Amino acid sequence: MALLEVENLRIEIPGRRGTLVAVDDVSFSIGEGEVLGVVGESGAGKSLTGAAVIGLLEPPCRIAGGQIRFDGRRIDNLPYEKLRRIRGRHIGMVFQDPLTSLNPLYTVGRQLTETILTHTDLSEKGARKRAIELLQEVGIPAAERRVDQYPHEFSGGMRQRVVIALALCANPRLIIADEPTTALDVSIQAQIITLLKRLCREHGAAVMLVTHDMGVIAETADRVAVMYAGRIAEVGPVAEVVLRAKHPYTEGLMGSIPLVGHDVEQLTQIDGSMPRLNAIPPGCAFNPRCPKAFERCRRQRPELAPVDGAGAEASWTACWLYDDAAQRSGTDG
Amino acid sequence: MAEAPARARREDDLLVEVEHLAKLFDVSPPFLNRLLQGEKRVLLTAVDDVSFRIPRGKTFSLVGESGCGKSTVARLVVGLHRPTRGRIVFEGVDMAGLEGRGEAGPLRKRLQMIFQDPYASLNPRWRVADIIAEPIRAHRLVSGRRAIAARVGELLEQVGLAAADGEKFPHEFSGGQRQRISIARALASNPEFLVCDEPTSALDVSVQAQILNLMKSLQRELGLTYLFISHDLAVVYHISDYVGVMYLGRLVEWGEAKALFRRPQHPYTRMLLDAIPDLEMTGRARTPVAGEVPSPIAPPSGCHFHPRCPFAEERCRREAPQALATAAGEVSCHAVAEGRLPEVERAARAPAGED
Repeated sequence: MALLEVENLRIEIPGRRGTLVAVDDVSFSIGEGEVLGVVGESGAGKSLTGAAVIGLLEPPCRIAGGQIRFDGRRIDNLPYEKLRRIRGRHIGMVFQDPLTSLNPLYTVGRQLTETILTHTDLSEKGARKRAIELLQEVGIPAAERRVDQYPHEFSGGMRQRVVIALALCANPRLIIADEPTTALDVSIQAQIITLLKRLCREHGAAVMLVTHDMGVIAETADRVAVMYAGRIAEVGPVAEVVLRAKHPYTEGLMGSIPLVGHDVEQLTQIDGSMPRLNAIPPGCAFNPRCPKAFERCRRQRPELAPVDGAGAEASWTACWLYDDAAQRSGTDG
Repeated sequence: MAEAPARARREDDLLVEVEHLAKLFDVSPPFLNRLLQGEKRVLLTAVDDVSFRIPRGKTFSLVGESGCGKSTVARLVVGLHRPTRGRIVFEGVDMAGLEGRGEAGPLRKRLQMIFQDPYASLNPRWRVADIIAEPIRAHRLVSGRRAIAARVGELLEQVGLAAADGEKFPHEFSGGQRQRISIARALASNPEFLVCDEPTSALDVSVQAQILNLMKSLQRELGLTYLFISHDLAVVYHISDYVGVMYLGRLVEWGEAKALFRRPQHPYTRMLLDAIPDLEMTGRARTPVAGEVPSPIAPPSGCHFHPRCPFAEERCRREAPQALATAAGEVSCHAVAEGRLPEVERAARAPAGED
């Protein structure tokens, strides 16, 4: 059984001019110790999906349908107190901006010990010892001294290490990392990615890595889900998605990334921009920008389906191009 | 580049020369604190003796991590800061020496800037047409309302928007479209030289591709010269003819782009290249670099990079290295000068679209 199962998740944002559907019928699962990358452009719904899993959706956003199961147990409908127990203890969180996810008024050590005391049976003294160990584990030099410093005394990369230490406090089985390296420089980014990978291996924690950076995904994730306009366009093993993209959106996205060593005059470009939530086209949400769109794409919405047989190595994609049955029979519906 | 370029172009036809440029910022505590608490004046050297040249019609990029001074160089070049030392020569005229609008004006319209954040660089209360018309009016390039409107429409179409979009306000556009408006505004005064400070780093990759493609085709059509500032090495590789790598205010290495990426000399350049994520899944592990950029207020002695450099020796701690000519540019490193660095040839990758 998968550690995290998300089934037909739907997130709505009610507004004065009607309700917007920000995440629409999204299903995926994360196995024990697996790293699932969730990639997409701004507004694709990837961060909202992450926030929904950990129960941190901010009103007016609300879960309007579907189920989220952690370790076989439904967590999307739990009362606040019960959810709070799971969050922190079993699910850790790493946010994008390390400056806003730490409290500037408390020392780093106090923030760590507070979390440790909340979720474990350690004594005050033991918690402090554990806090120092955690700081050492995430590669902060002179941890015994730095544990008593405030967040502003740390650099950006060091702060992100503290945030990771904070997420690891209670040895969670799942970590939701929302753009953990976006605010960092490339050299620091490489350090943080290496650290995340090592820690997950050592602690056996699964990770849901939400990012717009395909490079980070390619290096870190086991599987990738590509989101577009609130839906999953394609999901599969990382090598399949990165090297042999199936969905035209994924293909366009990969082609639009400049690479060192690739001499091209023009990058592949996807014309237009992602539709606004109040104007998602009928059928496949990508059809107006898709170079391969045909009549059915404008009319009927494709569902995620396996592409190459049903093996574990297969990617699933929501695209009519891969619907053999329809191609054989010409048209249907 | 099939068609003949708009202007005569030779390799030695330099448009911009930056010589020994330096900028110090005063970050001292307030006067009263200095007086009462005996605190000293503190100077931050943001740019330290930077020299480079940009041939006409080419793109020169500056890369480096946050705080390395690359944006300060951009601002110095367009005249938003006054250099503490050094010269910025535009077609033989030292711009830092020009006084007031009268002298600087005619030159100013020939260079323009595109900023990073398209949400902050456009006035939200102005219609797009007025934003783009502002440089036209300021430099009195076209007169008459109808003529200005026609020129604005032309500019909007040039950057891939519709002439009718001029009636709208900036908030009605997405990030990528706003950056197109910034580009249209920059092009309004018919500049020859554009300084682009991280023009795509606030944008999604697919939108970034649109903007980079647009910038490249505009360069071809109009014979533009770019100074491009970025922290993204892949973007820099794609767009540049020449690349300069900055570290803590100094230009540690510059050279012809392809050559620099293939055979990086300076240990810092090598480190940056090793830190690029591997998107082709070749299994190459990123080599994370130990340490972080030190504070520019108290930079390390000698070569600024020595505390993080695996090849540092006594001399590197003592003495700042001088620029040394390489096959395709210049590098400032004692280890390179003494020939004690291992040769690195980065394997050429397969061309795009292998499947």
